Amino acid sequence: MEYTLWILILPLLGFLSLGLLGTRLKGKSAGYIGTALLGLTALLSYFTAWQYFSMDRVDGIRQALTPVNWTWMRFTEFLHIDLGILLDPISVMMLVVISTVSLMVHIYSLGYMDGEKGFQRYYAFLGLFTFSMCGLVVATNIFQMYIFWELVGVSSYLLIGFYYTKPEAVSASKKAFIVTRFADMFFLMGILLLSYFTKTFDFGLLCDPANQSIFASAAGKTFLGGAVLSWATALIFIGAAGKSAMFPLHIWLPDAMEGPTPVSALIHAATMVVAGVYLVARLFPVYFFFTPEVLHGIAYVAAFTALYAAIVACVQTDIKRVLAFSTISQIGFMLVALGVSSMGTVEANGLESHEGLGYMASMFHLFTHAMFKALLFLGAGAIIHTVHSNEMSRMGGLRKQMPITHITFLVACLAIAGIPPFSGFFSKDEILTATFMFKPWLGVVMTFIAALTAFYMFRLYYNIFWGKPAQHEHPLHEAPKNMTGPLVFLALVTVVAGFIPFGKFVSSTGAAYIIHLDMKVAITSVVIALISILIAWKLYCKGTSTVPAKMAGFFGPLYTAAKHRFYIDEVYQFITHKIIFRCVSQPLAWFDRHIIDGILNGIGWITCRGSLAFRWMQTGQLQSYALLIILGALILLCISLFC
Amino acid sequence: MDFSGFLLMRDEISLVALILILLLYDLFAPAKARKAFQPVACLLFVVQIAITLLPTAADHAFGGMYVNTPVASVVKTLMSAGTLLVFLFSKKWLEEKHEIAQGEFYFLTLSTLLGMYFMVSSGHFLMFYLGIELASIPLACLVAFSKKDIFSAEAGAKFILNASFASGVSLFGMSLLYGGTGTLYFSDMPIALTGTPLQIAGMILFATGLFFKMSLIPYHSWTADVYQGAPTQVSAYLSVVSKTAAAVTLFTIFFKVFGVMAESWKPVLYIIIILSITIANVFAIRQKNIKRFLAYSSISQAGYIVLGVMAASPQGLTGVVYYMMVYMFANIAAFGVAALVERQCGNTEISSYNGLYKTNPWLSVLMMFALFSLAGIPPFAGFFSKFFIFASAVQQGYYILVLIALLNTIISLYYYLLIVRAMFITPNDNPLPNFRSDNYSRIAMVVCFFGIVLSGIVSFFYNKFDEMAKESMEICELAMPKATDGTANGIATAAFDGQTAEAASGDASAATATTAMNATAPWPSTQE
Repeated sequence: MEYTLWILILPLLGFLSLGLLGTRLKGKSAGYIGTALLGLTALLSYFTAWQYFSMDRVDGIRQALTPVNWTWMRFTEFLHIDLGILLDPISVMMLVVISTVSLMVHIYSLGYMDGEKGFQRYYAFLGLFTFSMCGLVVATNIFQMYIFWELVGVSSYLLIGFYYTKPEAVSASKKAFIVTRFADMFFLMGILLLSYFTKTFDFGLLCDPANQSIFASAAGKTFLGGAVLSWATALIFIGAAGKSAMFPLHIWLPDAMEGPTPVSALIHAATMVVAGVYLVARLFPVYFFFTPEVLHGIAYVAAFTALYAAIVACVQTDIKRVLAFSTISQIGFMLVALGVSSMGTVEANGLESHEGLGYMASMFHLFTHAMFKALLFLGAGAIIHTVHSNEMSRMGGLRKQMPITHITFLVACLAIAGIPPFSGFFSKDEILTATFMFKPWLGVVMTFIAALTAFYMFRLYYNIFWGKPAQHEHPLHEAPKNMTGPLVFLALVTVVAGFIPFGKFVSSTGAAYIIHLDMKVAITSVVIALISILIAWKLYCKGTSTVPAKMAGFFGPLYTAAKHRFYIDEVYQFITHKIIFRCVSQPLAWFDRHIIDGILNGIGWITCRGSLAFRWMQTGQLQSYALLIILGALILLCISLFC
Repeated sequence: MDFSGFLLMRDEISLVALILILLLYDLFAPAKARKAFQPVACLLFVVQIAITLLPTAADHAFGGMYVNTPVASVVKTLMSAGTLLVFLFSKKWLEEKHEIAQGEFYFLTLSTLLGMYFMVSSGHFLMFYLGIELASIPLACLVAFSKKDIFSAEAGAKFILNASFASGVSLFGMSLLYGGTGTLYFSDMPIALTGTPLQIAGMILFATGLFFKMSLIPYHSWTADVYQGAPTQVSAYLSVVSKTAAAVTLFTIFFKVFGVMAESWKPVLYIIIILSITIANVFAIRQKNIKRFLAYSSISQAGYIVLGVMAASPQGLTGVVYYMMVYMFANIAAFGVAALVERQCGNTEISSYNGLYKTNPWLSVLMMFALFSLAGIPPFAGFFSKFFIFASAVQQGYYILVLIALLNTIISLYYYLLIVRAMFITPNDNPLPNFRSDNYSRIAMVVCFFGIVLSGIVSFFYNKFDEMAKESMEICELAMPKATDGTANGIATAAFDGQTAEAASGDASAATATTAMNATAPWPSTQE
């Protein structure tokens, strides 16, 4: 299956050709080239998935394949950095997700970005992003993943700051880059720590349950009261938390919405932000077998984040921000599912036992969420494209002008709210079941968050498509076909994706897992979701209700705090500006300017003086050159004889 | 008669054939056909390079006079490739300035290349001496190639006098070695080396020739004058190809022959490295002339290369060969750009580069990449080559030496950036106007460009060299005790290593002694 290399090469080719040809391309041709290449990539991904999943299992377990592997840098016999392609259920699933969403975004952007300045640049960056993201998921080893992880960060930075003349976009792109880069520093530390003890970067060796002796050298070693392995995996999780916007590293994601909306759909909803989930899933055996306490910690952090983001999402008025917080909350769901999961065991009938439910549910939710969240963002993009504003107050009653957007958006809202038969219902239900199996109280919390999700999504929906229409200078219109096409496609996927027997493809051990609905959990969650929708309908459908304002007044401080995202950004500002800048940076700057620079200038001065002092050596006289040779030889001889 | 020895020398024989063909072509071809001399010569040379790429057997011939190893073979390919790049850069210059002497230029250059081939493949000191002389004398003619230019003539005189002086010292060293050991075969000598003052003196004096070729301090004084006076293309050749041959030979001789006396030569190399890197850096800072500047830069680069020799391990050898390849692309590119600019503006002052980026962006970018690679800035190849050579030295425990080398890379960054600043930042109302370079130079520049950008990131080269180096080191160790007399060998072995003598004492036959010695590689660091 060496052709899978082309899944990486084609988008890279797109990036290089569009980037180099640049402005020489006329009109939309850059978009067509990029889209065509991505179309091929998507076809290849589907073919890979078809071929991979139709392969026979060995002892009931899906085998990982590495069709391509090059040794890039060899340090020792065991420690070397490889570049290769690893195909296993989750990476193949991710390839499908990435190429599908990316293709949809490519097509959609033909309409959305039409006539923008830097159209070629936009498509070049999209190619770079798709290349990096695919490289990330197929990485055979953690170092390759790190390389692509950074590349993904760079392309995200470039795309958030696409409108580089807008100060907000520039500062948002910087914020995103710095925050994730800060987290990546811990990720790198974790990688180095892990590889120092295990002597390998390779996922195959790290995650093989039969090969656990490589962790032996870390046994019993502690640092500041924690086992070193726990430190390593916790540090790696910090990297994951940075990319996946977990509290308190989530602050970059809402701001990242300054980028073009299709970019938000691709990077900040469907693919890049779930890289952290993917990383934890990739290293799941390490987390589960060696550092279960870190795994549980992940679950609690994620649950808190999900709750926090859901509350904040309830009071935001910028539709993209609502979606951004919703994304944070949903990623929280995925990580909770991973955190509460156990490693399944293969039973006598060749099926996986029930313990691995969380893992499967997490990946399932990742898959369905990517589709319906991309749909939501693209729908929001279509609305913004028409209304020219992100604010809910500028919208209202749009269902008549934009029927296709309306229906597809509704499908996505129902999916995320967890209403059957839409895809979100199935995946979210599995997550809730897994959580109840772990700790019932956590299950209750997650069910509450699910209810909040349904509420804020329908608050958004009713505010946009129902309610009081706002005044507009120009008539509103439905988006062009190249924008509604992707919407319809993603809506169809959202409708049917729930019926995919996902456990047969992806599970913690690689054996087939049969999904069964837990009726108690399912009925409770659906009823609660319906109640939330009902409340939202009551409050926002007419647009005349005074209850929201009253409620805001009633909750007073909580409302204001949520509206300001619980002042987390201000806390960051305080810590960075007031504490770090004043107490650390300024003294260091003084030290740098006076002491370090002084020493360096001194060295420079000595070097220049030295250079004058050695001038006598270069006389241009042959005799002196010969003398130097013979004297040099004699001195060296003395050194070797007497040293 | 056994002709397999000749087959082994395929690289050399193809080169001799090439030289003869070009000589006859130059002499007898009609005037019309002579117009095509350079393209034909380059094409034939490409064929010759292709021949050197064919896999060869690792073996020795003519009683051990000539030794072929995988590394020798790949180094020959590298040197030929470097020479070809120099030819490509020279084409226009030769046509304009030396219409009649085109053939001579090729003939002389290829003759020195042949000498370097023999240096790299020698298995005997006299063979080596023959090689180094063949590589020096025609080179003096090349340095003085622009006969009417007084600077070129002066440089030629300086070069030949210095070179003969150095090779005289070197020959004296060899005679001391012969007196001390009774043999001049690389493979026989280690057994007889016991570290007497006579032998050490022989070794140090002998090494003068190689140090001179690599222009290490204190044997460097000719470098700046000669590089400045010689035609720029010849300077490029001197700084790259000639150094490659010397560096690889230095490694093989110090490892293979003088390995047993490592304790004596390591302090010497230690000092030479520090001196070469530091003093050359200090000199380079003040240069106003691009060729002198590149001369000092190449002295300090040579210092880094010797770090790999110091490591005296397979990684060290890989590091040296890899460094030479990376250095070749960067330095030839720098000299090539310098030659093009020189032809355009008539001088070699650094100030002529002011504002070059405005008028000749591609040329400036190539020059910048080359300088970045020389300075060792990632992701250019120079970073990786420095990384690997430092890593090989660190593995042997030379922390302080590597630290000094690292500090020097910072200094070097300063002066490399001076040129970049001149090209990109320094304002100039009257920069060199835009010009088109000839297609041959363009090909060479494109090759250098990709070499600088890709040879670091693509791990193929390093891994390939690594394999070859490991293989060659094994051959070195296998070939080492070439028994002529069983008992003498046994005694020498006993004196050399007590453990081996024990193993060999049961069965005193030469064969056992030999294998036992191979098993415990006669290498001081492993014994201690």
